[in-house]
Amino acid sequence: MKADRLRGAAASRKAPTGIAGFDEITRGGLPRGRTALVQGGPGSGKTIFGLQFLVNGARHFKEAGIFVAFEETSQRIMANAESFDWQLPQLLRKQLLFVDAQPQPELVQSGDFDLCGLLAGLEAQAAVQKTRRIVFDALDIVLALLPDLAARRREIYRLHDWLLKCELTCIVTLKAAVDEPSSVTQQPYGFMQFMVDCSVILNHSVVLGVSQRNLRVQKYRGSQFDENESPFVIGKMGFDVAIVRLLGRADAAVTHERVTSGVKRLDTMLGGGYYRAACVLITGFPGTAKTTLSGAFADAACRRGERTLFVSFDSDGSEVIRNLSSVGILLNRHVKSGVLRMASSRTVNGSAEMCLVRIKELAQAHGARCLVIDPVSALSQFGNEMTAYGVAERLLDWSKAERITLVCTSLSNEISERAEDDTLLHMSAMADTWIHLNYLVQAGERNRGMSIIKSRGTAHSNQVRELILSNDGVTLADIFTAGGEVLMGTMRWEKESAERVAIEVAAVARKLKGVTLDAEQAELGVRLKAVQTEFIAKQIEKTLLARTTASRKAEVLRGNVRMRELRSGDAAAPKRK
Amino acid sequence: MTAMRQRAIFKFQLFVASDSQNSAQATTNLGALCKKYLPGRYEIEIVDVFLEPHRALAEDIRMTPTLLKISPRPVQRIIGNLSQTQRVLETLGLNAGVA
Repeated sequence: MKADRLRGAAASRKAPTGIAGFDEITRGGLPRGRTALVQGGPGSGKTIFGLQFLVNGARHFKEAGIFVAFEETSQRIMANAESFDWQLPQLLRKQLLFVDAQPQPELVQSGDFDLCGLLAGLEAQAAVQKTRRIVFDALDIVLALLPDLAARRREIYRLHDWLLKCELTCIVTLKAAVDEPSSVTQQPYGFMQFMVDCSVILNHSVVLGVSQRNLRVQKYRGSQFDENESPFVIGKMGFDVAIVRLLGRADAAVTHERVTSGVKRLDTMLGGGYYRAACVLITGFPGTAKTTLSGAFADAACRRGERTLFVSFDSDGSEVIRNLSSVGILLNRHVKSGVLRMASSRTVNGSAEMCLVRIKELAQAHGARCLVIDPVSALSQFGNEMTAYGVAERLLDWSKAERITLVCTSLSNEISERAEDDTLLHMSAMADTWIHLNYLVQAGERNRGMSIIKSRGTAHSNQVRELILSNDGVTLADIFTAGGEVLMGTMRWEKESAERVAIEVAAVARKLKGVTLDAEQAELGVRLKAVQTEFIAKQIEKTLLARTTASRKAEVLRGNVRMRELRSGDAAAPKRK
Repeated sequence: MTAMRQRAIFKFQLFVASDSQNSAQATTNLGALCKKYLPGRYEIEIVDVFLEPHRALAEDIRMTPTLLKISPRPVQRIIGNLSQTQRVLETLGLNAGVA
């Protein structure tokens, strides 16, 4: 609550410019009722910056503005501004006034003068229109007419006092030498730096033939601001200042939803596929099937009905489609149905920043949920090395915020010994999943190997797999290790067939053994039966023996008795009765 | 030609910023110049931009002081405190008279 109130108070002390990124850098805009200085070399965008401040003020913040043009005529400025989506003509009647103040070429000057005439006129006009914002574009033009430095200083202070009195939020633009932004105090109007409350430096430089624009807030009295140079582009809506995600801004919502990589076994290796809204980096040498792997992803996404943008820097969209169809990835139908949008550019035109803006525009126009950039390393081409890292970072931030699943390929340097080395973009550090493709040259063959170097938040296989491209698509095969060596391609096939033969032999042997055992078992059974019979016979014999023994004993006893009876002489006989 | 110009009456409008230094100087300089080179055939109107800002806007007056020569045609415009007399005379075509 307290923070909200404080922010509210801070906002009222600032006049939002409505320029994407700039209000974030300055925590709310330009100092309200004060003067801001915008300096830059020719073509650095000073006029556009000033005009956009007024246009946005009129359109979005209900603050009327006056544009005082010292250099270009207002007609020319308006004509130039027609290329932006600003609806300038609608604003012209009430909210935006142009005042031409160019010194006429036939102007004759005799002696010293001052700006009172202009200021008096502006003051009257401002009172009528309830003007809140004013821009003095190219003030240096009129100051140059003044005879000496003292007179220039006097007029600048006059202007400054007047602005404070009128409580207008003001931008003064001045030309500055591009090469030495540090020595700004030595420039003719250096003292303006100390007078104003906010100072912005626009820089337009060419690095190895690539145009790079950046903006830096040099000072801002009584406010925090980002002190670094921020790249910007001038797009359809005017300025678009790139900002790195600020600390404390809400993180993009994370999800556990998985999306398929388009290759079944790869999904298994990743424990279910890529995460939705993750950034997947596929690195590899030229020809290691990076495009194919990303094409498989795009195909799978389109088959789910998710709108997909495929940005190709290496070759034309139609070429990509043709090439991928040879491995069973048919993208043409998705293009026809409108789910897939192919965008291609032979090289990166302009700065990496510009390219990022273009990709964003395309993705937004298409409503893309999945995005393939092939290869993203194109962003770090000559002239963009310095900025590409930041661009890649913002690409990631943006895709995460938009919940777009991003698959990027990146070309590894073939000369580099370390195949898994980082690209210039340092994407590998930022990517959620990093798949590396490489060649394994062995026994006169070159085969593709694939491994997952990292995959945040998912259990993933540590195995190197062989990537096989066939008419039916992409598959992964196990690879054999024999004697500490990895076997791929034909050697793997040989090994596989050898294994198949071995399995067959083993099966036959098993069968044979079974038969033998059966026979032995049968034989034993027969023997068992014989023994059992013998056993029974013995038992019978034993019983018979016992019986004959008993009867013989009885017979003997009976015989004795009979004998005694016959002899009749024994006295003992009656005893037994 | 010369005769016509000598008869012509010069009408001036001098836009000033109240009594600022440059404006006061311009008023004085213009008065002296007219007395010397255009005796009896000049009219000067002094317009204070602070009092009549809309006139200043209408006439596209950006810097003060600004001298407008309304007639004879063409309209001419000189800015500054008119301290460089020679420059003013050249512009108004009064050089011949000096020599």
